[in-house]
Amino acid sequence: MDLRVRALESILVEKGYVDPAALDVLVDTYETKIGPRNGARVVARAWTDPSFRDWLRRDATAAIDSLGYSGRQGEHMVVVENTPDTHNVVVCTLCSCYPWPVLGLPPVWYKAAPYRSRVVLDPRGVLADFGLSLPPQTRIRVWDSTAEIRYLVLPMRPAGTDGWDEARLADLVTRDSMIGTGLPLSPGAGATAGARP
Amino acid sequence: MFREPWEAQAFAMALALHKRGVFTWPEWATALSAEIRRAQAAGDPDTGQTYYHHWLAALERLVVQHGVTTPPLLDARRAAWDRAARATPHGKPITLANDPEGA
Repeated sequence: MDLRVRALESILVEKGYVDPAALDVLVDTYETKIGPRNGARVVARAWTDPSFRDWLRRDATAAIDSLGYSGRQGEHMVVVENTPDTHNVVVCTLCSCYPWPVLGLPPVWYKAAPYRSRVVLDPRGVLADFGLSLPPQTRIRVWDSTAEIRYLVLPMRPAGTDGWDEARLADLVTRDSMIGTGLPLSPGAGATAGARP
Repeated sequence: MFREPWEAQAFAMALALHKRGVFTWPEWATALSAEIRRAQAAGDPDTGQTYYHHWLAALERLVVQHGVTTPPLLDARRAAWDRAARATPHGKPITLANDPEGA
């Protein structure tokens, strides 16, 4: 694989299509600067600022962009909001479309066939595998991402967090809670649930 | 996130070529999902471990489709890198200049 990548890259560099230094910057950005902490800030802001939450509902792309997280692939962001009645889960059944600007690059299981195919057929079973069991009356909605539309789950604010500020709340927001395969941490629970690699 | 450096390079090349307008992002997603389906049909367990293999295959196919390069040129260049890698002493950086058959 390494030789194939070197072959392609050297041709692209010679023809002026890519600049090796720019590639390094891109890799560094995705490895170190973009990740689920971005999404956690979006969620914590929505929990504390009703007007921001409304903005997210109306135009998530613009609201998220206002925090400095914007996509480069022309994708449209949609935020799906968990309620006591409805739990949302995100998948990309065809490949691995994922809201990079707010979550970074997807975990391996998100890209794997078992998750991509099973979560649509048996969402409750998949969530149980993640250690998440929801009340039977909770409806589960599965959202299939595309190249054009990327979904971010807005989890419910955990109880017992009245008066918490945004930064403290953001620490409760896990990556999986924004994909829908987990819930936010409970106050004082520490890092436990939803901690798949 | 990236298990080997080549995965990161392949990832970044796709972003760079998209930014340059070589292909659109929906076109990219279509190409990637087609590679994943092809690999599944050929028996790939598709557990996410081979994800960047599919990514690279999609990239190679798209650059050929858009006339950026050709399969013979890619093959020849792979062979050159292979010769260069074999001719480079262990621990030294591999460059195409080490290809004994290079110009």
